Amino acid sequence: MADLQPDNPYAPDRFPDPNKHVEFPEEAKKRFDWILTRYPTKEAALLPTLHLAQEVWGWISPEVVHYVGNLLDLSPATVFGVVSFYNMYNQKPVGKYHLQVCTNLSCMVTRAYDIYDHLCEKLSVHPGGTTKDGLYTVVEVECLGSCGTAPVVQVNNDYHESMDVVKMDALLEILK
Amino acid sequence: MEQIKVLLANIDKPDSTSIDTYMAGGGYEDARKALTTMKPDEVTQLVKDSELRGRGGAGFPTGNKWSFVPKNAPKPTWLLCNADESEPGTFKDRLIIEKDPHLLIEGMIIAAFAIGSNPMSYIYIRGEFYYGATVLDKALDEARAKGFLGKNIFGSGFDFDITVHRGAGAYICGEETGLIESVEGHRGQPRVKPPFPAVIGVFGGPTVVQNVETLACVPLIVRNGAEWFKSFGTPKNTGPKLYCVSGNVKKPGVYEFPMGITIKELIYDHCGGITGDRKLKAVIPGGASAPMLTPDEIDIPLNFDALMKAGSMLGSAGIIVLDESVCIVDAVWRLAKFFAHESCGQCTPCREGTNWLESVLDRIERGEGRPQDADLLLDMSENIGGKSLCALGDAAIGPVISSVRKFRDEYLHHVEHKSCLPGTTRYRRLDMPVAAH
Ligand SMILES: Cc1cc2nc3c(=O)[nH]c(=O)nc-3n(C[C@H](O)[C@H](O)[C@H](O)COP(=O)(O)O)c2cc1C
Ligand code: FES
Repeated sequence: MADLQPDNPYAPDRFPDPNKHVEFPEEAKKRFDWILTRYPTKEAALLPTLHLAQEVWGWISPEVVHYVGNLLDLSPATVFGVVSFYNMYNQKPVGKYHLQVCTNLSCMVTRAYDIYDHLCEKLSVHPGGTTKDGLYTVVEVECLGSCGTAPVVQVNNDYHESMDVVKMDALLEILK
Repeated sequence: MEQIKVLLANIDKPDSTSIDTYMAGGGYEDARKALTTMKPDEVTQLVKDSELRGRGGAGFPTGNKWSFVPKNAPKPTWLLCNADESEPGTFKDRLIIEKDPHLLIEGMIIAAFAIGSNPMSYIYIRGEFYYGATVLDKALDEARAKGFLGKNIFGSGFDFDITVHRGAGAYICGEETGLIESVEGHRGQPRVKPPFPAVIGVFGGPTVVQNVETLACVPLIVRNGAEWFKSFGTPKNTGPKLYCVSGNVKKPGVYEFPMGITIKELIYDHCGGITGDRKLKAVIPGGASAPMLTPDEIDIPLNFDALMKAGSMLGSAGIIVLDESVCIVDAVWRLAKFFAHESCGQCTPCREGTNWLESVLDRIERGEGRPQDADLLLDMSENIGGKSLCALGDAAIGPVISSVRKFRDEYLHHVEHKSCLPGTTRYRRLDMPVAAH
């Protein structure tokens, strides 16, 4: 049930490991420099920089929190406060495929919970949990703004619309 | 009423997102006309005359909002486009963004000119719309290459550019001051008003926040005039309007009509009626925040004033249709769960109250409800409504109050019989663990 506990900000793994060095690769550094030119303050570049960091590392580790804070002259607490406020910044590593099932009303009445329950059972994961092989993370999410083609499952950045259990199984076959 | 293709005129064209397609249909000529032949105040007056009202939720007259921007503010003025589109049941802005991004960009150029925006602006798009953000980025590059963005646009001396700013999964960032905080790089917690954004908004400057669909109307008004715009709909509720229909209907989707088609006509004449030809149970007319209507209340026009009069609201025009097989307590629980998850945590009545609503609804659904629970829900709602900084608290109680008033029997049935009404479905399984929020 550990997955179900709210995150503890004081847990030991919240502190950066001094032996782990993180730094943007060249491409990302260029992108970061471009981001800075688009805003009148450094702080305003925080959300896009975190998106960039997540693209690079897959999640926002404590080391990344400190690294991004240094880049933007923000305290780690400020950065962590923003990371924990927004749903999309992963505070833990997620699977190669992040299966995000919308269960909000329009998806619910078109049977989204069937898909969600099926995924949890088939992959033996708790909500928010990741399979042991690191392949899949399953979460329930709020309305994805695609209710006309409900139910919707977002896999990483892509929407899969008008889904059902059969289509979900077929999709899993592709996502290996 | 006949379906129209005004705002959606381009979306079926092949390669509808390319600037060449857009320009072949006269695109960017309206921005040129505004910037080279009109004064900013004339543009604002034109939009005022058109009686365009904001399509994001509140229905505030757009031209009036523009005229509130002080002329000689010490800090630069900003235009922000609200593409957060997170209200459950709403998916219209996404269509414009993904299929006709240049219409939005042109609308922003004209709006920015009218309010005297500084040379940078942001489209705040919800983070999940990753594809939409890439479409916009490409469209912006095309517009820059043609000189429609950048310095001295159309030789008018006006400089303007746009950056796509992706949100990161927070409904509250659709609220305009939450959005402003988020653009500044903060947690999306709404601000105390006043000062209103038109006076002090993002980076300390006067700020106009406008919904995608609202901005998409602007080039059309410049092209065809205020009278043309008013020829759609009724006085004070003017213009072509996008309606998002979802839930238990045969043909869900985005439909465009002159503002004011009735709910009944929309569902039965255009969306093919209810799935499986079942009976209608309830309609949520304006996104999750809008109080629900019963089948005998749906013969009313989908416009701002008529729905307000009916005790609901047009909101974001997200029409969620629920048929007789839906357990109303379960449906309302799901919306309550949404609001509890999305409350930003600043104001105690909203932060605590939304969680309590969720847990009381959950216990009723589980057959553990108490006889006084229906009244308890109303009482709690009263203690949330009007007691928070932004309208999220008020939004959260809309479905709760209306459903308790209109479906009280169904609530009582749960308490008495410890089960849903016969013939209704609970979609979730009560034995599944629920993730913490
Ligand atoms: C909780 C909450 C969420 C909102 N979400 C959105 C949204 O996702 N998109 C939007 O355009 N407006 C949203 N709004 C309305 C905005 O605050 C604002 O009224 C709107 O962006 C103004 O633009 P308009 O006048 O063009 O409608 C929301 C309001 C509240 C209170
Ligand atoms: S309810 Fe699932 S996408 Fe809107």
